[in-house]
Amino acid sequence: MTRFTRTFAAATLGLLATTALTHAQSTDPMKVGVIVTLSGPAASLGEQARDGFQLAIDQLGGELGGVPVEVVVADDEQKPDVALTRVNGLIEREDVDVVVGPIFSNILQAIHKPVMDADRILISPNAGPSSYAGAECNPNFFVTSYQNDQVHEVMGRVAQDRGYERVFILVPNYQAGRDSAAGFKRHFEGEIVDEVYTQLGQLDFSAELARIAAMQPDALFTFMPGGMGVNLVRQYNQAGLKDRIPFLSAFTVDESTLPAQQDAAMGMFGAMTWAPDMDTPGNAEFVAAYIEKYGKVPGSYAMQAYDTAMLLDAAVEAAGGADDQEALLEAIRTADFQSLRGDFAFNNNQYPIQDFYLVDIGQREDGMYQTQIVEQVFDDYGDVYASECQMGG
Amino acid sequence: MLDTASPAAAKVAAPPPEAGATSARAPLIRREALAFALFAFFAIAPAIAQVGAEGYLLSLVIRAMIFAIAALSLDLILGYGALVSFGHAAFVGIGCYAVGILMAHSVSDLFVQLLATLLASALFALVTGAISLRTKGVYFIMITLAFGQMIYFLTTSLAAYGGDDGLTLPSRSAVFGTDVLENDLVFYYLVLACLVGVYALLRAIVGSRFGRVLRGTRENPVRMQAIGYDPYRYQLVAYVIAGMIAGLSGFLLANHIEFVSPAFISWQRSGELIIMVVLGGMGTLVGPIVGAMSFLFLEEILARITQDWKLIFGPLLVLVALFARGGILGFFRRKA
Amino acid sequence: MYTTLILVQTLNGLQFGIILFLIAAGLTLVFGVMDFINLAHGVQYMIGAYFAFAFTSWTGSFGLGLLLALPAALVFGLLLEALVFRHLYDKDHLEQVLATFGIILFLNQGVKVVWGSSPLFVPVPEFLQGSIVLFEGFFYPTYRLAIIGAGLGVAALLYVLVNYTRAGMLVRAGATNAKMVSALGVDIRRLFMIVFGFGAMLAGFAGAMVAPILSVEPGMGDNLLILAFVVIVIGGIGSIRGAFLAALIIGLVDTLGRTFAGDVLRLFMDPGAASTVGRAVAPMLIYILMAAVLFFRPAGLFPVKR
Repeated sequence: MTRFTRTFAAATLGLLATTALTHAQSTDPMKVGVIVTLSGPAASLGEQARDGFQLAIDQLGGELGGVPVEVVVADDEQKPDVALTRVNGLIEREDVDVVVGPIFSNILQAIHKPVMDADRILISPNAGPSSYAGAECNPNFFVTSYQNDQVHEVMGRVAQDRGYERVFILVPNYQAGRDSAAGFKRHFEGEIVDEVYTQLGQLDFSAELARIAAMQPDALFTFMPGGMGVNLVRQYNQAGLKDRIPFLSAFTVDESTLPAQQDAAMGMFGAMTWAPDMDTPGNAEFVAAYIEKYGKVPGSYAMQAYDTAMLLDAAVEAAGGADDQEALLEAIRTADFQSLRGDFAFNNNQYPIQDFYLVDIGQREDGMYQTQIVEQVFDDYGDVYASECQMGG
Repeated sequence: MLDTASPAAAKVAAPPPEAGATSARAPLIRREALAFALFAFFAIAPAIAQVGAEGYLLSLVIRAMIFAIAALSLDLILGYGALVSFGHAAFVGIGCYAVGILMAHSVSDLFVQLLATLLASALFALVTGAISLRTKGVYFIMITLAFGQMIYFLTTSLAAYGGDDGLTLPSRSAVFGTDVLENDLVFYYLVLACLVGVYALLRAIVGSRFGRVLRGTRENPVRMQAIGYDPYRYQLVAYVIAGMIAGLSGFLLANHIEFVSPAFISWQRSGELIIMVVLGGMGTLVGPIVGAMSFLFLEEILARITQDWKLIFGPLLVLVALFARGGILGFFRRKA
Repeated sequence: MYTTLILVQTLNGLQFGIILFLIAAGLTLVFGVMDFINLAHGVQYMIGAYFAFAFTSWTGSFGLGLLLALPAALVFGLLLEALVFRHLYDKDHLEQVLATFGIILFLNQGVKVVWGSSPLFVPVPEFLQGSIVLFEGFFYPTYRLAIIGAGLGVAALLYVLVNYTRAGMLVRAGATNAKMVSALGVDIRRLFMIVFGFGAMLAGFAGAMVAPILSVEPGMGDNLLILAFVVIVIGGIGSIRGAFLAALIIGLVDTLGRTFAGDVLRLFMDPGAASTVGRAVAPMLIYILMAAVLFFRPAGLFPVKR
């Protein structure tokens, strides 16, 4: 029987060890779980969000609305099943009041239900899929970034306003890529000369670039987040297309990719709700503090996480603590805080109503690159799904 | 290297003798002490989980049991048949998508979904196995990878079922029209029952004449052929059985996460299944369970210590490969 | 216009194939001669790219960076060989898989700790920037031509080394029958070390060469490793010639397939369906090809004779 006992004991110890490192049930009145992607090719986006959130907490003296707060960070590894286990850990083991995350829409699909079922508050600082913006909206779920389509809609509007007639669309072949093409077409009425869908994670675009060069469109619209964008931008530049065909993009040239794109991205366009050079209260201080602490220019991922912390700060203060969830939810809905973006309000589906801008790339005095505002494209813009949401009004 | 062991024929060492000193005549409880210990642990784990974070621990153990089922099925062909499938996650994915697609069409009955899972994975195993088994060794590894990748890319292009983003299930499968599986504890014991059932089934298969022929073809296919067995047929049957069991694990995985995604089918996942089997100890049936548990528990524990947990986990795997012949199980057997 | 497109895509496919060949050459030798499954071969490609980045930023010149990255990749490969791989040659394949998988985890995380997780920038050398007009209306990036040229050069060099030198003869003999070579009094361990270091350097060279066109980031070698395995089984394990041809075939099929799969399908079905099916089929093409090759020739196109 000894083998029986030993194996049994080992398994039990192993299981207990997964919870053993739990901090002793603290008397802290508030706990926030941050679940973002911290490993794999997209880790830098998650790191920005984690760092932006932490920066805000540090600036607030480790408190949200005067209540001491503990932040627990988890890595979803960009795998849905890992995310599910980890978010269960945040809810059950850490007993967090609020979950902040994730970066990617497909991870959100996996964690949305367990967080809602556990009746906790979920605030997404980046992923804003259409799936929870319409009929499936939920009083416990907020998005502080944007509805995914909106950024692409900005580019469609820009292409339309500039009178481009023939546009080439190049996006990765996955849901967000297809949504992006659909978003672009919502305001663009000209001809789409070709729509090319590349494999997700593709790093060599020579085939597609050759096709673009051959078609000679008025402009290119593309959506290539992360490493794909780094490669596309540099290869677009090397192929000599940058000066001939305007490069309109979403999530392709931003602070997460600029350190690797550098000069190659100059003259290319993106769409965003914010840029580091924006003249809003507190923005310059935020950018300076982030650079000082992390040595990089913050991107929208960091800004949105920072805003999320500031939103919570204001809401906890207004609700007089985090214990009364109804009061806290009500206070979050009013969004009575100073966003780095300037105007910010929640729509009835609890996705933001905000302004959108065309941005391009500039070099800072310290030699680093950043996005900068060119012009405002949409004013106080909500998403098209909100009307299907039965909440509020 | 002159006869069968060319580089192309994967050299897969015979696992250490079964269950060490305990003979086949020993009482069941002695022979299967390890398995019983693990099952006993699983049976009372929900009680242990009461100490705190119950839902988290349950979901972790459920995940470990589901991956243990998938790893067990791989062990049948890998450990006993020396057939290294590098596309095994495809079967898990077929199970997932059988549930997901039927759910999307409002077919939520557990038995219908399970039947669809088993039929689909058996059919896929039959077709791909019939082709793959013509090749040997490393070529077999790669051709199974090819089929796995095909399923992967197929699911990413299923735009109607979420494409890359995956598909959220409205609920778990219904049993006779009831939502009894929504209760986590009920679901937990269903998974455990599946694990025990699969283990018992595989143990029986391995001990049968069929299992002996399979092992014989692993050691020396030429000799088996000479004495009148057609290795191809036996291997194909084993491949189909393994595929169906992996499909079952996918069925459970989809119900556990209530979400299906191509991410479950990527070649990295197939690789992880191989790692679980080898880490625990292949060709033992207990090993894959130990491997799946160690893999997932270690990941959770190390990730709590540092975000750079792979810096520790990687070298650990190297150490196991270097110093623990026969994986974790082999290591402790020899010490005992 | 269409002809130009086909021409450009063919060049692109060649360039991709050349990179694949540089990785696959080492892999097929290590596998063929040492009977060793090295999953960590892909991270050696990644390490080469990171070395190129580090030395390029240090010296300020890509040429110097590349020159320094090569010996660094070699030393790194030899270090890995001495520390870990040497002790794995006698183990069975799956233990090798386990150990080299562990090394992948460690090194992918390691470069992240050292260099961060953001993609890194390596500039294209000044004199190779821009495009060359091959003929009227037909541009091609100079740097990609340079990759094709350098890769062909390395392939020729390998051909000479393997076919006309004593070490090459031993490698060929080792690929056919390592035990016999050892029995004839050749120091097989040293031969293994040379083959291994050389393979690591080739992979590192490939990584360094692509650093200016692809982003340098953790895990960049993982998917290429799988493609390199596809190449070596199609080519026949242990065969350099097979690896070369298979690499070019895979490069061309993948590149041309991605561009033209939809167009070709449009001949048979309506345009909407064609582009949907084309998108699904294009990434599968190389795997379908591999399955087909192995179905008809279960030991690859150029099996090494034993």
